[in-house]
This record gives sequence, C-alpha cells and structure tokens, in this order.
Amino acid sequence: MTLPTLLRPGDGVAPAVAPVSPDPGEPPRDPLDLSRGHRRNFGERLIAAALFVCAAASTLITVGVVVVLLRETVGFFAEVPLTAFLTDTRWEPMFQEKHFGVLPLMAGSFMVAAGAAALALPVGMLSAIFLSEYAAPRLRRVLKPLLEILAGIPTVVYGYFALTFVTPAIRMVFPQTDIFNAASASIVVGIMIIPTVSSLSEDALRAVPDSLRQGAYGLGATKLEVSTRVVVPAALSGIVASFILAVSRAIGETMAVTIAAGNLPNLTLNPLESIQTMTAYIVQASLGDTPQGTLVYRTLFAVAMTLFLITLAMNVVSQWFLARFREEYR
Amino acid sequence: MTLPASGLGPDVDRHDTRRRMMGRAFASLCALATCVGVVALAVLLVDVTLDGAPRLSADLLTSFASRFPERAGVKAALAGSVWIVSLTAVIAFPLSVSAAIYLEEYAPRHWSTRAIQTNIANLAGVPSIVYGILGLALFVRALGLDRSVLSGALTLSLLIMPVIIMAAQEAIRAVPPTIREAAYGLGATRWQVVRHQVLPMALPGILTGTILALSRALGETAPLIMVGAVGFVAFTPSGLSDQFTVLPLQIYSWVSRPQQGFHEVAAAGILVLLGLLLTMNAVAIVLRNRYRARL
Repeated sequence: MTLPTLLRPGDGVAPAVAPVSPDPGEPPRDPLDLSRGHRRNFGERLIAAALFVCAAASTLITVGVVVVLLRETVGFFAEVPLTAFLTDTRWEPMFQEKHFGVLPLMAGSFMVAAGAAALALPVGMLSAIFLSEYAAPRLRRVLKPLLEILAGIPTVVYGYFALTFVTPAIRMVFPQTDIFNAASASIVVGIMIIPTVSSLSEDALRAVPDSLRQGAYGLGATKLEVSTRVVVPAALSGIVASFILAVSRAIGETMAVTIAAGNLPNLTLNPLESIQTMTAYIVQASLGDTPQGTLVYRTLFAVAMTLFLITLAMNVVSQWFLARFREEYR
Repeated sequence: MTLPASGLGPDVDRHDTRRRMMGRAFASLCALATCVGVVALAVLLVDVTLDGAPRLSADLLTSFASRFPERAGVKAALAGSVWIVSLTAVIAFPLSVSAAIYLEEYAPRHWSTRAIQTNIANLAGVPSIVYGILGLALFVRALGLDRSVLSGALTLSLLIMPVIIMAAQEAIRAVPPTIREAAYGLGATRWQVVRHQVLPMALPGILTGTILALSRALGETAPLIMVGAVGFVAFTPSGLSDQFTVLPLQIYSWVSRPQQGFHEVAAAGILVLLGLLLTMNAVAIVLRNRYRARL
C-alpha cells in the first residue's frame, strides 16, 4: 500500500514535465522557498502601515480643530478676561466701546434650540412610536425614508423657506413680529431635526425584544399600554441619546438660523424678536473683512470654541446613553 | 359601537371601554405626528417650486450672477459646485476607505483602536461651521492656499470623512466572515483577502455611503463661507487655485437681498440644487438595490 505523498503547490495543476535543465546562473526555484514569503510579508506590512496612517489621520482632524481653536482663543483671553466673556450681557465687538459678553449669542442659540426641540422631540418621538409599533412594514418602508429626506435638504433651503413662508405666516398671526425672528428659525430647525429623533428612536424601539411586548399583551395590556409602559421605558436610553443628538444639531445649525433669525445680539426671551446665534455671528464676522491677528478675528475662534465644547459635551453624553442601550440588548 | 362585555360587571366594562378609546386616540396622535414631518416636506417643496419654476430656464444655467435679478444665473455656482464635489470625492474617498479597512480588517482589539473609533463618531457630530474655522486657519492661512477651490475641497473632505468611514465600516462588516475564512484557508494573505474578496463585495455599500456623504458636501454653505468662497463670481474656475462660489452660497447671497426678484432666482437655484441632490440619491438607491439583490 502506498501512502499519498504530501501535495506541493503546483502539483496537479500542470502535467508533470521533466524539469528544465537548470540555468547555471540561477538556482532552481523551490516552491516552498521561504524567502518569497518574507517578501510577501514585507508588502503586507507596508499596506497595513499605510492603512493605519489613514485611520490615525482622522484623529489628526480633532487635534487640528483643538489646536487651531486653542491658539487663537488663548490670544483672545489674553485681551478679554474670561469673566467678562461669560458674564457681560452685551456682545458688541465692533462698536467703539467694545463688549465681549457671549451670553446674548448663547441665549440666542439656546432659544432657537429650545423652540426646535419643543417641536421636534414630541413629533419625532410619536412618529418613532408610530413607525415602530403601529405602521405596517410596507408603510414604514415608505414613511421612514420620506422623513429622512428632511435631514438631507440643504440648510440654506430651510433658510429660504423660513424667510419667505414661515415668517410671513407668523406675521399674519402676530403682526408686531420682526422680519428676522427666533420663532421662524426655531420652526424650520425643528422640522430639520425631526428625522434625527424619529429614525434613531425608531431604531431603539425596534431593538426592544418582542418577548417583552408579548409578555405585556399576555397580561392583558392594550397596545397603548404596551407601547408607553413597556417598549418606551425599555428603549429609553436610546431615545434620550437621539434627543440629545438632535438638540446638539440644532445648536450647531448655521445657515437657516443666519438667514431667518437675524444678526442682532439680543438677550431676550421673546421669540418674535430678532436675535443672533453663535453660529450666525461666526458667519457674519467672516463675511466682513476681518484681518488676521485682530481682536475681532479672535472672537471668531472664542465663539467657535464655546460652540465646539457645548456640542462635543452633548455628543459625548449622547454616545454614553447609546452605548448603555446597546449593552442592555446584546 | 358596542364592545363585548367582559362579564365582570359594569365598572370593569366602563374601564375597558376607556382603555380602548385611549388606545385609539393615541394611535391617531402618533399617525398625526408622522404626518407633521411629511406635510412639512410637501409644503416646503411646493413653496419652492411655485416660487422658482417660472425662473427655471436654460438661461438660468448659462448666465453668471448679475446685479439685475432678471439676468442672474447659476453658471459660476454650478461649475464651482461640480469642481468642489468632484475634488472632495477624489480626496476623501481613498483616505476614508483605507481608514475603514484598517479599522475593520487590521486593527487589533486595543484601546488605541477604540480611541480612533470614538473620535470618528464624535467628529461626525461637530458642527460644520467649526470645520470651516479649521479650514480658514489651516488651509487658507497656515498653508497659504488662499480662498481657492483646493481650500474649499480640503475643508469639505475633512467634514465628510467621518461619514464615509462609518458607512464603509458598516459595508465591510456586512461581508460574511465565512468568505474571509475560506480565502485564508486557501493561503491568501490579509491584503489578498481584502483586495479580492472583501472590497468587491463591500463596494456597492461603500459607494452608496460615499454618494450620500457627497450630497451632504454639495449642500454645505457655512464652511465654504469661512474659507472665503464668495457670493458674486463672474467666471467658472479653471484650476485648483481659482476663486469660486457654489450653488448653496449663491442661493444664500440671493436670499439675503431684499428684492423679490432675487428671491425668485434663489428659488430657481434651489430647484437646480435639489435636482442635483435627487440625481445623486437616485444613483445611491440604485446601487443599494443591486447590492441587496446580490447578498
């Protein structure tokens, strides 16, 4: 009985041919020559290193953002004390008598975000419940992408819509409303962030295991009771994550707010007045001529730093909630 | 309408009826809320179409911006948008896909990998105007690229890279591990597995994500204002160092003028922009459907 010999690479592929008489200058190539593997390894390592560089480059973006913002912000705070920045109630960097209180800008951003949240959070959340618990699969497949279109429309289009449609509509009800006002911006930003809430919340609701629903139905609960007392609480951290992310988007929103809410730093609680948000100030200041190295140029970075820190904090919290949610149902 | 009696007495019946009524009311409320978004979308599209359709003509596409609304067109902006989005694709696509391949196929389970991953997720949430500030300080000023097409494209590349990376990662993750195992079993190296098995299968998904990210770049205004794109340009860019404008910026500059005539051109410009976005998204959907059919 003959034992099968070990197959070597190349065996069985081509008919066995008598080996060509070896070239005297070149040693015969052994198919199991390990040095070939070494060369292959070198190429592999080179590729792996190149890919790693690309992935690491993404962290350079963050480093770049932080370094750029810090450098000019430090220069800004060398001239304007931090306490004045945080407590002064007037933002008048281009006036004769300069004031650098960021409060009016922050208040503007938060007012627009609060208005947008008041619209988008309940609407988005109820839409999510409808899509996840009530809508037939076919209806959901149509409605969800339809809502997501809202997030894909460029923000400048929302600005146009606010100025030429929403504001005139508000002025029909409240004639004393300014042409540029926070309410109009709030409404369009709210529409814009509905899909952030509805899509992410819906994902969270659908991730709740069906056994929980069936358990509740088995105890005689109605669909309303199952949805609001079992499914929503079970998905709560995912829903909260979507809320925070949506509000953070509203705070960072720029063009719709710049076009619709105006450019008047104004510490007010009246949504019918003209205001200015942090983002709108950055746009306004960079549209004008702001030479590098001047204090006005540095205000851009100080305001952007404030905006960056606020949105970063919200995103980190949102991801923490999301991670907790994912852990619960893995 | 009568409901079946429970046989547990009138109190329980009344209670049950109330619960059922509440349930119906809540279902209608949820349906109504969903309608809010859909109706808002419809109103927005109808409003823009009514305002802009009369100004939509071939002249609009072939004329430059003008002081007179009836002569203004989007030629420079359209050319600028095509330049910027194409260049952004060329810069962002290879870098992002390489990063995604590293994270999915090569990266060890290590704190540094998790840090990169967390960082990418956070970058996706940074407001676009902050990228504009980065572009202004880094490309326009520090690297001396000035207010050029290249500065704009680099800035937008940074903006959409996290989005493409995350989409590409998802597409790569969707490739069944059995494919990889089979290839390794035949003696393929890691790069051979990636190059010949994983990438071809993940490509439609990667392309879909890339197109969606690029359509975001097409609609961005704020970061390009920061890097100095201007609203009034009477030429089309012919090189990387030329000044430029883009469609959303042109629309913004028209919207911010008080004259009604400019608002009409702005609406027509919006229709052109939405048309482009629709085309890109249609391509993405076709790709996605082909992908679904194959897996």
